[in-house]
Amino acid sequence: MMRRIKEFFIEKTLLATALLTVLVTIGIIAVLSVEAFNFFKEVSVWEFLTDTQWTPLFTDKHFGILPLLSGTLLTSFIAIAFAVPVGLSISIYISEYAPRSFRKTIKPVLELLAAVPTVVYGFFALTVVTPFLQGFIPGLSGFNSLSAGLVMGIMIIPFISSLSEDALHAVPNSLREAAYGMGSTRLQNAFKVMVPAASSGIIVSIILAISRAIGETMIVAIAAGQQPRLTLDPTVPVETITAYIVQVSLGDVQHGSLEYRTIFAAGITLFIFTFILNTISYRIRKKFQEKYE
Amino acid sequence: MESEQIDTAREDSPAKKKNMIKAEGVKVWYDDFMAIKGIDMKIRTNRVTAFIGPSGCGKSTFLRLFNRMNDYVEGFRMEGNIRIQGNNIYSEKINIEQLRKEVGMVFQKPNPFPKSVFENVAYGLRIQGIKDKQYLQDKVEASLKQVALWDEVKDGLNKSALALSGGQQQRLCIARTLAVEPEVILMDEPTSALDPISTSKIEELLYELKENYTIVIVTHNMQQASRVSDSTAFFYMGELVEYDKTKKIFTNPEKKQTENYITGRFG
Repeated sequence: MMRRIKEFFIEKTLLATALLTVLVTIGIIAVLSVEAFNFFKEVSVWEFLTDTQWTPLFTDKHFGILPLLSGTLLTSFIAIAFAVPVGLSISIYISEYAPRSFRKTIKPVLELLAAVPTVVYGFFALTVVTPFLQGFIPGLSGFNSLSAGLVMGIMIIPFISSLSEDALHAVPNSLREAAYGMGSTRLQNAFKVMVPAASSGIIVSIILAISRAIGETMIVAIAAGQQPRLTLDPTVPVETITAYIVQVSLGDVQHGSLEYRTIFAAGITLFIFTFILNTISYRIRKKFQEKYE
Repeated sequence: MESEQIDTAREDSPAKKKNMIKAEGVKVWYDDFMAIKGIDMKIRTNRVTAFIGPSGCGKSTFLRLFNRMNDYVEGFRMEGNIRIQGNNIYSEKINIEQLRKEVGMVFQKPNPFPKSVFENVAYGLRIQGIKDKQYLQDKVEASLKQVALWDEVKDGLNKSALALSGGQQQRLCIARTLAVEPEVILMDEPTSALDPISTSKIEELLYELKENYTIVIVTHNMQQASRVSDSTAFFYMGELVEYDKTKKIFTNPEKKQTENYITGRFG
């Protein structure tokens, strides 16, 4: 009898924790939507999407998300352009070239990169990478999307290398034997057989990394500057959506004001982006699982 | 890897030699475990040679020496010589990729690449750098016809090879091997994952292929060995117990052990 009561409580507790996370998610979406809805009552969606200036804290107010969006996409693009080739090379090396003992030690070490607090990365970008790059690029501003993007790339390397390596490692060994048996070199085996066979897993890893880069806050807030600017120039200060949210949240904007609501409008834009990316990666992963079973 | 007496000189003979493969004093270890305990063997050109024996007897290990597939196994170590067409394949000078084009392999489980039917067969040619479309097309067609798969797949050459049945996949894997025109085809229990009809199709195929290829097949199936092979080698505990004409092995073996195995008394 005692045992059944105990089981009952355990079951309900587990159910409650599961429900809690669902409720929190729903709550966040609800708050975001309500505040964003209030924002869009005063600023039209059209203006929000087409205005090329974002100056909600100035007297001459403009509410165009494009400058923030371009800052976010620019830093993320730099990060991805750096992290994908490096991360993929690492994963291919570990899975197809390195001895097994090396794999066991290097993977946890690489994953440590993801454990470094992002604020540390931010200061690394600002105080090490930017001065270093200024040695090569004379016009490089003290705050810029280039060094923020590069350091963000370093941060997301383990996402790509680790998940891609898992995908490569999961390719049945029989395919490796087939490739070598046909007279493939290691390089041919890696690029003509292994990478195509693991492609869905590799794509998922890249999408998750993009999603992580778009949502990253501290590095860009510290190193990329806080000037909303519609530009593709990586050497000048920009502001990302996340950095803007930090800026306003820390400032003394009045609760409930239009300025205050801009962070929810920015937030929901960000949410839509990462939501779409996560959905795509979920779809690909599902397809991938079906293929190998 | 230890290979004594490095000697890459071909034995001089203009036509194809009588013996395609010669193994001399071959010993293999996996770490401390001795898997092959000293085997000498000659394998005839354009014949089907079957390796039989209970699991763990070393027959697969021995087969995989011929295209150096054991090189990837950790702890693998070998002594002795293996010559294919007179070339010591464990010589430092040997080009392993080239060796594997000469000595193709078909595995236990069909393992087509996750590519189209066409690309599977063209793979070996493509990695050799062949880009001529017409040549590739002709070669793919010829190889698929050789394994009697052409009629079944000619309308779906661009479909994924993974959509084929197990038996079709295995014939595709054989076609893929044939496309690069090897001298030797190694088969490691090629029908153990297949149904009886697919199995008999592959056995028929072996009969045709031996006109042009030297085939070595590992099998657990006694009937298969007696049906398809010209010579049979019985392995036990890392040793070659008996090696003779298949007819002799199955009707009048010299050794008691062989007789016990083929009559199903152990193994």
